[in-house]
Amino acid sequence: MPAIALSILVVFLPLSLVTIGGGQSAVADMHRQIVDLHGWMTASQFVDAFAISRLAPGPGSLLATLIGWRIAGPWGALAATIGIFGPTALLIYGVAHIWSRFEGARLLKALERGLRPVAAGTILAASYVLLASLDSGWIGRGLALASTALLMATPINPLLLIGGGAGCFALLHLVGLA
Amino acid sequence: MPVSTPEPPSPAQLFLIFARIGLTSFGGGLSGWLLREFVQQRKLMSEEDFLNGLSIAQALPGVNVTNMAIWIGYRLGGRNGAIASWLGIVVPAALLIVLISTAFSALAGFALTHVALAGAACAAIGLSLSMGLTAARRVPRRAFPLAIMAATFVAVAILQWPLIWTVLVAGSLSVAVSYSRG
Repeated sequence: MPAIALSILVVFLPLSLVTIGGGQSAVADMHRQIVDLHGWMTASQFVDAFAISRLAPGPGSLLATLIGWRIAGPWGALAATIGIFGPTALLIYGVAHIWSRFEGARLLKALERGLRPVAAGTILAASYVLLASLDSGWIGRGLALASTALLMATPINPLLLIGGGAGCFALLHLVGLA
Repeated sequence: MPVSTPEPPSPAQLFLIFARIGLTSFGGGLSGWLLREFVQQRKLMSEEDFLNGLSIAQALPGVNVTNMAIWIGYRLGGRNGAIASWLGIVVPAALLIVLISTAFSALAGFALTHVALAGAACAAIGLSLSMGLTAARRVPRRAFPLAIMAATFVAVAILQWPLIWTVLVAGSLSVAVSYSRG
């Protein structure tokens, strides 16, 4: 495995353990490390990768796979995938293994309740970091807020919404507004 | 339809089931799909067993759907079942996302590609923000959980502290307080 792939693995291994809920909670820190700390990608490349990871099916954390691929090809993709999924996979495997003997109802409830505000804080932070790194200005922020409102208020299919966002910008571009 | 419990699926079958779910799951709502597949249609698990797994998958770190794949795979097929289910949900979707991104790179010469992707990103941020707001709505309206949420946000978004330490400190504090409240 090339040295860069090892560095990618080292970035994603600890991040695995802070992906509470979905992959969303780790996005802010991925951005901090990949863009700001290591300079492996520009902010706009990162936002592009984020958009593709939302367009594609499968677990949201595949954003890591895509980042690894963009930085260092197949080895990078492999390292990032193992890093982001590995530790938590071992953790849930261990819990599934001992579950039958594990009288953990109270602890489980405390975990679920206690992690709720932390997950909310990290996901909101991820949204903030992404909004801040948009280079499409107020039109883009407006579109992001409009899509938030649509998702909260209607049972709209997210894929349709993302396609709509792409179409909306393409149209604005063609008429010369963006 | 026979009333007896159906034969549990082999690791290869688990791989294929999760590969199909991984490749067709767009934008969340995955646990509903899994419930329909394993509990309601194939009747391979009891609803209670499934829901226990779901609350563990949500409480433990990790992506809920990959956690669920390992939980279900382990219950139905032991170690090999867990490995096959995990590979099924991750590997095919990982290959597909690389293909999709390669397709976008091939179109990168056109200005329109970047513009369309930027539009998609804005809508996708809406997905992230609405998830954050939904999660925030489920936080109990008490001073302590709200303070934990606000402190986590400020530490990660504004101060840009490393996420792992923030979550470790805020998470263990918050879990300890929830536990002592019973």
